[in-house]
Amino acid sequence: MPKQAKFHGGIHPPEAKVTGAFEIQTAPLLETYVVPLQQHIGAPCNVLVKKKDTVRRGQLIAEPGGFVSAGIHAPTSGTISAVTTCTGPAGASVPAVELTSDGDDTPDDTLTPMDDWQNSAPDDLKKRIADAGIVGMGGAAFPTHVKLSPPPAKPIDLLVINGVECEPCLTADHRLMLEDPDKVLTGTQIIARILGCKKVIIGIENNKPDAIELMQTKAEKLEMEVAPLKVRYPQGAEKQLIYAVSGRRVPTGGLPMDVGAVVQNVGTAAAVAEAVLDGKPLYERITTITGTPVVKPGNWRLRVGTPLEAALTLAKGVHNDPAKIIFGGPMMGLAVYSLDVPIIKSTSGILLLNSDETSEFTSGPCIGCGQCVDVCPMNIMPGTLSVQIENERFDLAEAWHAMDCIECGCCAYMCPTYRPLVHHLKRAKAEIVARRKAEQNK
Amino acid sequence: MNAVIFLVILGGALGFVIALAAKAFAVKTDPRVEEVEELLPQANCGACGYAGCAEFARALVEGEATPENCPVSSPDEVQQIASVLGVSLGERLEKVAVVRCGGDNRLANWNANYNGILDCRSANLVAGGTKACQYGCLGLGTCARACPFDAIEITPHGLAVVHPDVCTGCGKCVAACPRNLIELVPKDAPLHNLCNNPEKGAQSRKVCDVSCIACQKCVKSAEEGQMYMDGFIARVNYENPPSADLAEVCPTKCLQPSLLVKQSMPALEHREEAQQEEEVANA
Repeated sequence: MPKQAKFHGGIHPPEAKVTGAFEIQTAPLLETYVVPLQQHIGAPCNVLVKKKDTVRRGQLIAEPGGFVSAGIHAPTSGTISAVTTCTGPAGASVPAVELTSDGDDTPDDTLTPMDDWQNSAPDDLKKRIADAGIVGMGGAAFPTHVKLSPPPAKPIDLLVINGVECEPCLTADHRLMLEDPDKVLTGTQIIARILGCKKVIIGIENNKPDAIELMQTKAEKLEMEVAPLKVRYPQGAEKQLIYAVSGRRVPTGGLPMDVGAVVQNVGTAAAVAEAVLDGKPLYERITTITGTPVVKPGNWRLRVGTPLEAALTLAKGVHNDPAKIIFGGPMMGLAVYSLDVPIIKSTSGILLLNSDETSEFTSGPCIGCGQCVDVCPMNIMPGTLSVQIENERFDLAEAWHAMDCIECGCCAYMCPTYRPLVHHLKRAKAEIVARRKAEQNK
Repeated sequence: MNAVIFLVILGGALGFVIALAAKAFAVKTDPRVEEVEELLPQANCGACGYAGCAEFARALVEGEATPENCPVSSPDEVQQIASVLGVSLGERLEKVAVVRCGGDNRLANWNANYNGILDCRSANLVAGGTKACQYGCLGLGTCARACPFDAIEITPHGLAVVHPDVCTGCGKCVAACPRNLIELVPKDAPLHNLCNNPEKGAQSRKVCDVSCIACQKCVKSAEEGQMYMDGFIARVNYENPPSADLAEVCPTKCLQPSLLVKQSMPALEHREEAQQEEEVANA
């Protein structure tokens, strides 16, 4: 066991992982699914179906619109009732396909199982991952095949599997590791084969002792290492996790591949295993439905395109009207305003909050206390940056490394004057990216 | 006494050197630059494309720019500048900004309570704040803060409106609006379509009472070429605008002379009447 490195900053919010002991349940088939056509970071997809087409479960309904993109597959068999738009989790209206189920759930057989994956060429495996539309399941939804294609100049010698799940309230990855450890480990082996790297470390926070024990016994036989980590948010962030398990520091503005590492979520590893072994594209995921107002919190295997309302019905509805509904965890999740918002590939949790658990803040001026600097895992100065951004000095913000911000929310969590620091930094990042683009086009 | 004499001589000698240097190394400037600069509005708004009034004055004197490039100066002032420079003037169209949204917090439907930074650009990053319409005015005043002439007012109900008398048409607000709602139009344009929602009528009607539903009534009632359809938005042809009376035919009242000219808001009155009737019926 290597000595654990402690990344700078971070916080320890209340864990509130009430659903940790609840088994994953599979959601019954719904009548309609609304599948958004943009579920990943990167180029939008081109729709392949039109109204009244019949599709099978797992059939490609939208092809990737570029290399950094991932295809979308039908969550069940049925008829396309409309090619329309829907409100996505980010709040904006996105193109979507409405699918009416025929109740048979007939699978599509375009992707065949690759039983002999140990001897398949890494490129074939990578192509399978791209064909199955797999994206990072931890929340960012970056297309996995892109992450597995590092340039030859940057050899990868360390694969880190992320079972940290540092977001409070969420337990989807925890349950997956407990219930399907073999799938996670097979997926890990496949990813390691693609990258050609021998060293694999599985990082798990030690608030999940059962998962650590189980994974340790299983991983030992496969010569993988399980690293139990002291609980700390945001340990599940790529750069912090790499530092925690290996002591390697990703340089500012760099990517994990700059230090020869690739991080994949346990959910992604399981999806890779399913795609290769069963020929199953990514059309369902495990989602934690939790929060005080929820009658029956739990972990559910939901198909992509399940409307929020249907998902809440599975959890037996709510005791009282929630004040806030969040897609994702409480720290980095996005608040949604409509019950029609569908589950997408990156929805790791649905969190409902009561009005006494959320509050409307009136933010004050920065008092220079420096608490945000103490907790910033990226070693930037959110308070100073927020003042620069308020004054629209984006040139200064860029020089002070606003682009390093991972939007983890530690600074805003600590701020005694309730400054919306992450919101400020998001604005700066958007503005700096726009400026860089404008400069390139000049 | 010696000290005084010495200093007087020293002062005189140095003064003579300075006088010589001033003659020998004099920088020749055109006196008209200062003259023109004094005639300019000194707002340094940058709307002419130069880094302030002094820079614009230099460009004018050097013949790079023409006086009508300053959108802020009044026609008289432009005439004066032209006479200083001794140039003749081209045709100058006075423009004002118009915010192409009429859905304030009473007329547009609400999505959520926005509790973030009170700035349109920030709100636009998180699903666009309170209003359900993804295309409409956010009402948080980024354009008003960008305006060097205080011509934009945010109404108490969260809608940016331009005061046409104060607006100089510099276009600073056009660049500030994250939703690209603000447009520069001829100052004498009789009416505007105050809606920018490009979705189909049924969709845009869902989010706002004063949305353009693409019914085309205005296009049909106007003379050929005065109004035209741009997708699902009716647009005024500002080169050949229809008369202000055309606003009467618009069923949703999004076709308006301008919010300030017409102080009352017909759509709102209509809604209030309907609510009162409902209350009476319920009682």
